[in-house]
Amino acid sequence: MSNENFEPKIVGFMCNWCSYRAADLAGSARIKYPPNVRIIRVMCSGRMDPAFVTKALSLGADGVMLAGCHPGECHYIDQNYKAMRRYHLLKHMLAALGVEDERVRLFWRSAAEGEQLAEAITEFVADIKKLGPLHWPDNWEESDERLEALEAIVKEHEEVMEVNS
Amino acid sequence: MAERVGVYICHCGSNIAGTVDVEEVARWAGENIKDVVVSKDYKFMCSSLGQAMIEEDIKKEKLTRVVVGACSPHLHEKTFRTACKNAGLNPYLFDMTNLREHVSWVCNDKEAGTAKAKALIAGSAERVKYQQPLEPSYVDVHPATLVVGGGITGLQAALELADAGHPVYLVERSPSVGGHMAQFDKTFPTLDCSACILTPKMSEAGQHENITMLTYSELEEVSGSVGKFKVKIRKKARYVVEKDCTGCGICMEKCPRKIVDEDFEAGLGYRKAIYTPFPQAVPRTPVIDVENCTYFQRGKCKVCSKVCPTNAIDYEQQDEIIEIDVGNIILATGWKLFDCKKVPQYGYGRLANVYTNMEFERLCNAAGPTGGKIVMRDGKTEPKSVAIIHCVGSRDVNHNAHCSAVCCMAALKFGHLILEKTNAEVYSFYIDMRTNQKQYEEFYQRLLEEGMHFVRGKVAEVTDAARNPDEQGKLIVQCEDTLLGKQRRIPVDMVVLMGAIEPQADAKELGLKCGISCSMAGWYTERHPKLDPVATMTEGVFVAGTCQGAKDIPACVAQGAAAAARVQGMITKGKVMIEPIVASINEEACSGCRICNNLCPYNAIEFDPVKETSHVISSMCKGCGTCVAACPAGVITGAHFNNQQIFAQIDGVLWDAKPAGGNGGAAAKAAEPEPVAS
Repeated sequence: MSNENFEPKIVGFMCNWCSYRAADLAGSARIKYPPNVRIIRVMCSGRMDPAFVTKALSLGADGVMLAGCHPGECHYIDQNYKAMRRYHLLKHMLAALGVEDERVRLFWRSAAEGEQLAEAITEFVADIKKLGPLHWPDNWEESDERLEALEAIVKEHEEVMEVNS
Repeated sequence: MAERVGVYICHCGSNIAGTVDVEEVARWAGENIKDVVVSKDYKFMCSSLGQAMIEEDIKKEKLTRVVVGACSPHLHEKTFRTACKNAGLNPYLFDMTNLREHVSWVCNDKEAGTAKAKALIAGSAERVKYQQPLEPSYVDVHPATLVVGGGITGLQAALELADAGHPVYLVERSPSVGGHMAQFDKTFPTLDCSACILTPKMSEAGQHENITMLTYSELEEVSGSVGKFKVKIRKKARYVVEKDCTGCGICMEKCPRKIVDEDFEAGLGYRKAIYTPFPQAVPRTPVIDVENCTYFQRGKCKVCSKVCPTNAIDYEQQDEIIEIDVGNIILATGWKLFDCKKVPQYGYGRLANVYTNMEFERLCNAAGPTGGKIVMRDGKTEPKSVAIIHCVGSRDVNHNAHCSAVCCMAALKFGHLILEKTNAEVYSFYIDMRTNQKQYEEFYQRLLEEGMHFVRGKVAEVTDAARNPDEQGKLIVQCEDTLLGKQRRIPVDMVVLMGAIEPQADAKELGLKCGISCSMAGWYTERHPKLDPVATMTEGVFVAGTCQGAKDIPACVAQGAAAAARVQGMITKGKVMIEPIVASINEEACSGCRICNNLCPYNAIEFDPVKETSHVISSMCKGCGTCVAACPAGVITGAHFNNQQIFAQIDGVLWDAKPAGGNGGAAAKAAEPEPVAS
């Protein structure tokens, strides 16, 4: 459902030391890239809570971009590896929720890589454009059945607990 | 209680106003964002007038939160925090929106720029309402400094600090300070004797009352943070008791075991199993090379012990771990030479008379293995022609992308020394001649006049396969002369490869110990490449010299002194501010699962076995927030970056993405985690 006029809304979480500074550098160098990514600063890619991603998607974001220092160059020694571990788990979960793989992506960009960060944003925005809108919050709408299913699970669980206790 | 938020949008001249309709953003924010009571735009927010405006509004309008949309927070966050503080508002109740670097400078289209600016401002305005007043803490700066690396850079830094009256620990891995500079004969472009200018500094440092010199020692562990680092240093066993040794040198003279010296003499000379790297070594105490010592290998010999007049030899000595407290650390760990065998077409290691630059430094050094005579590997024949090949391993996509910065000048120096000492013809094969410092270009002109031949082109091959009688028994340098536009084969007797300056093999490891990072190539990353070249992202850790990037001696000395000046500033000030951005654990709610314990690279999370809960040692926490995101119970809070604040910011930046109808709001609620104490 790609749409020429579709302008995706993307939230970008960037670490204070590398990727946020790369975005600063892209600005200082006047490198132009699409305006769709709205950057939120966190101290480290390790701070990225999977809940940030699901929260953004649930609030209508069409994609989420995560960016941190290159492996081995983390300002906090190796916390970006922890971000990486978490990212792969999150991707599994998102796949189970039916979110396309391309919508959430992790990039490594150092403070010196303004141009590369701009390239990553350009590429990411183009990919999301191809995918079209996520409509995640809207999709909750057709959730009558899902809601029932969810309630059933809770009920089942309660029943099991009753038997056990 | 509703907050009273003030929003200020900066024009930055036309820098922001050019691609963002700043007046519209200010108007929109004032009318549409909840709790915004003041919303203004101004030509230059960072000017004293702009700051005064904010200060006045804080007082008059009783603002409880402030948002400034201007440049990057890395530039002016401090400025506006100070303005808030001046007006009596806690500086952490302010948030800065990056409308210049992240919006106006990267957008072409004013409409899109304005929309993005609105979203970012909305994010900040939502976030700022949840921000909490924080108080920075102050730490006393320990007056002692650790300097790692005893080369010219480290010596300079140590001497500057010691002369200013501050205690310095100078740690050097090898048995003597001096570094690479001690191996050189002459220094370009003045051709003054390297040892003559270096050794006085070495002995001054060795005798200085404020310098504790720890040679043959390595950094084992660093803990703590700026102002109060705790450092463990491994002092390797020398097997010679330093306080007893007079440095007379009899042991070295009498030691029966002779070994090729791969380090100082670059494999061209010999040393004994008990040795100092060179005669002017500081300290003069020798070390025993256990690997090659007859006593350690076969259990008998003990000649050194027998001849020592002060009984300073102690075969039972053990490595010693020394613990010291320092306020700051300067890393000046230098460089290593590129392994020229990695360029097999140049024949190093295969063709006898192909030398590396370090070998050649020793060859022409008056104190070197040949007494300064430039001769071939047979030890007696003077070469009739010498080829110097530049950029071996540097400016080469296969090895190192960087320019090693000193090789052009070193090659010119070699050219001069060869022309001075022999009758040989000298050819320099260069890609570009880089002589861009004071007196360097003049030196190049001098060599042109002295008759050194310059061939512009990258050498394809050095071979001993002769094609005609002229080439018989010679090394043939095959090269495209790009100025003539043709292939040339130049037969020579000796080839010198200008190997690249590379980062130390263990630079990354040491960087990790000190909490600083390296570039992909392995150079230490400075805080700012232009404006802050010796500081690093870790407060209290500085870098100087070639560990930060290839550079010549004057630049190393300048950086060593610069790092010392920065440290002196810290010591004189006496206190250093610690950002209050740290994690904290709500121990009431902590389940004691210990998931966070292993995540912290600074060991700032401690488990209390009695209470069965974890807690953060805030003085050790650097505020990355990894534990905050990992806590399964959600009971860790990252000050200034807590979940509430970030969720609010996400909400804000997506103000225009919310679905028109539907139960999006409910969905959003569902995605929200249980409210936590944040």
